[in-house]
Amino acid sequence: MRARHLLLAACAFLVACQREQRDLRTDPPVAEALGQVAVMPGGIGGRPAAIDRALGHPYQTNAYQLNQGKRLWDWFNCSGCHAAGGGASGPALTDGSWRYGPDMVSIFVSIRDGRPNGMPAFRGKLTDEQILQLSGYVQAMGAETASTAAPSRNDTMQARASENRAPAAAAFPKQVSR
Amino acid sequence: MGPQLATAQPDPGFSRLDEITVENAGRLVPAWSFRTGTPGAHATAPLIAGDTLFVLTPFPHTLFALDLTRPGAAVKWRYMPPPDRTADGLTCCDAATGGLAASGDRLYLNTLDGHTISLDAAGGQVVWDARPAHPQTGETLAAAPLVAGNRIIIGSAGDDAGPRGWLAALDAATGRQDWKVFDTGPDAEVGIGEGFRPLYDPPQARDRGVSTWPPAAWQQGGGGLSGAPVADPALGLVFYQTGHPAPWNPDQRPGENRWTSGIFARDAASGAARWFDPINPHDLYAMGASGGLLPTPDGRLVHPDANGFLYVLDPATGKMLSATRFLPVNAARGIDLASAVPIREDRYVTVQDRTVRDICPAWPAGSNAQAAYSPATGLLYIPAATLCMDMAARSASYIAGTPFGGADVRVKPAPGGEEGALIAWDIAAGRAAWTVPERFPLRGGALATAGSVVFYGTLDGLLKAVDARTGRGLWQFQATAGIVGRPATFRAPDGHQYVAVLAGAGGLTGTASAKEIDVRDATAARGFANALRTLPPPQDRSGTLFVFRLP
Repeated sequence: MRARHLLLAACAFLVACQREQRDLRTDPPVAEALGQVAVMPGGIGGRPAAIDRALGHPYQTNAYQLNQGKRLWDWFNCSGCHAAGGGASGPALTDGSWRYGPDMVSIFVSIRDGRPNGMPAFRGKLTDEQILQLSGYVQAMGAETASTAAPSRNDTMQARASENRAPAAAAFPKQVSR
Repeated sequence: MGPQLATAQPDPGFSRLDEITVENAGRLVPAWSFRTGTPGAHATAPLIAGDTLFVLTPFPHTLFALDLTRPGAAVKWRYMPPPDRTADGLTCCDAATGGLAASGDRLYLNTLDGHTISLDAAGGQVVWDARPAHPQTGETLAAAPLVAGNRIIIGSAGDDAGPRGWLAALDAATGRQDWKVFDTGPDAEVGIGEGFRPLYDPPQARDRGVSTWPPAAWQQGGGGLSGAPVADPALGLVFYQTGHPAPWNPDQRPGENRWTSGIFARDAASGAARWFDPINPHDLYAMGASGGLLPTPDGRLVHPDANGFLYVLDPATGKMLSATRFLPVNAARGIDLASAVPIREDRYVTVQDRTVRDICPAWPAGSNAQAAYSPATGLLYIPAATLCMDMAARSASYIAGTPFGGADVRVKPAPGGEEGALIAWDIAAGRAAWTVPERFPLRGGALATAGSVVFYGTLDGLLKAVDARTGRGLWQFQATAGIVGRPATFRAPDGHQYVAVLAGAGGLTGTASAKEIDVRDATAARGFANALRTLPPPQDRSGTLFVFRLP
């Protein structure tokens, strides 16, 4: 009897431990479809790819995808212009103000095609999936609500409150240059 | 004693005007002002030629010609070069602002997006328009062009993106390129030949611009022009400071990284190299060799470097005569005069993927503010930043047109808490005659006058006048925005001496221009955000020219 209870408890425990799914290799048809966003004529806003909806928006909700975005952030020199989100030669991304729109499609298009005042196009340097990983991470940077899926502390220098504490950062008075 | 230095352009840091003196400077009043309508860092000093005062706004530039003979200095003409907005994303926190020079009836304008334009000073008509620098590769034009005889000498900036630095001469009449030499690469491209006599490099060594780098790294090695070049017509030489090597992360470029972060002397007629002094070889902290080059009347070249040491050089040979510490420094124990290089302190040597704390000075120390030398007092007035930094180097990839950096930086005040100081340096004695501490780093230049007054501006928008002999405060004026440019003084057509300054520092981070910076990120604006968190926002985002006179 006691053993049966233990077994049941162990089963319940293991079920609760189910990990979030990590797709280490995206199916080629999925990867192909990820870039099929419909952009509004002004280049801001639009409809996400159908496959992204069908998968449940993994690039905004899946911790693995968001963390990949954080790695790409440094690898592709985003930090060179935007620092850890506070901005340098490029504008701040953590301040809740978005020159070219806060939604995933706008951010995706900003990275893929570039923007007029110096933002280079990363088309051909990153895959559509990598751009989506980055877009999700960039959106999490300026988010108004907490996301437990967002990355935590940096491995090296701590520049600011970590991404999964975004509302904590929002509690500080906003000091934005304009 | 070296030969007498005769510079091609009058030193903008010293004026022989003496109507405004220690006794009456306290009574200065505003005469008139002019609002430029442009936000951002107004780092170019007002330029006065004849009866006209020229104001150059930050990118996208507008050049205003103000008529000093008319009341309130009416706008005579304005010129707006069509901007390439790509350049907007390339500059952050240093002094690549374009610039302006006047010679005869011509103006020579460097724009941030890579144009050198010659204008008719009387009417503002374009004489020629050349485009020597290309923002797509990360190049911009640094500082003001130098007029040397019938040549216009210009250089590229943009070390953070990795383009090879170069210096070029354009024909003043046509804008055609006369010569162009690089700061990294094989000797033929660097202009190194028979006449090159380096005192601190092996004399027989060849292609040091290649062999002191990992294979091919010199091709994205940076080393652009840092600050304005200086000419000596008597020696026929041009001196300039080369910028820092790219990337910032020093572990990615083992070697001495010639010819970055040093001082070059070149033949003004051919561009051929004459001598080179390595100031910060294998630059660990992205200092470049910034800080300015000032000829002194006793035939010396003085260089207050961002690394915190003040160098005195012989302009004919490049021999380093002395190097004295003038800022709080812990990254180097001193300068070895035999090899001309800093003796580094091991615990402040950066290591990839490790945060090295409390390195003094920080990278922006003295990198923008132009010092002024007064022959009247014999003192050098250095507007200084007394800052330290934490730096974490990390691996950086080269992607053309993006920053080739690889460092996270937090800048903070040096021990003591003050972030800036105006230092009056007695070159002969090798010590400070006096120091005025400042709450924020000084980013605008100093102006010394024969009336024994020194003028300088602060990031919180104060224009100050101090006694050149003692540092005693005489007068101050609260402008509507931070001051990151050098004040100017001139005699107006009415015969009186006026003082002019451009206020306009952009956002909270001063020279980080009009960028949107979130100071909650300590590494924002290359770490400057961390040091300037308490800087109040400007009353007016636009730049304004303020002009003062005695009542």
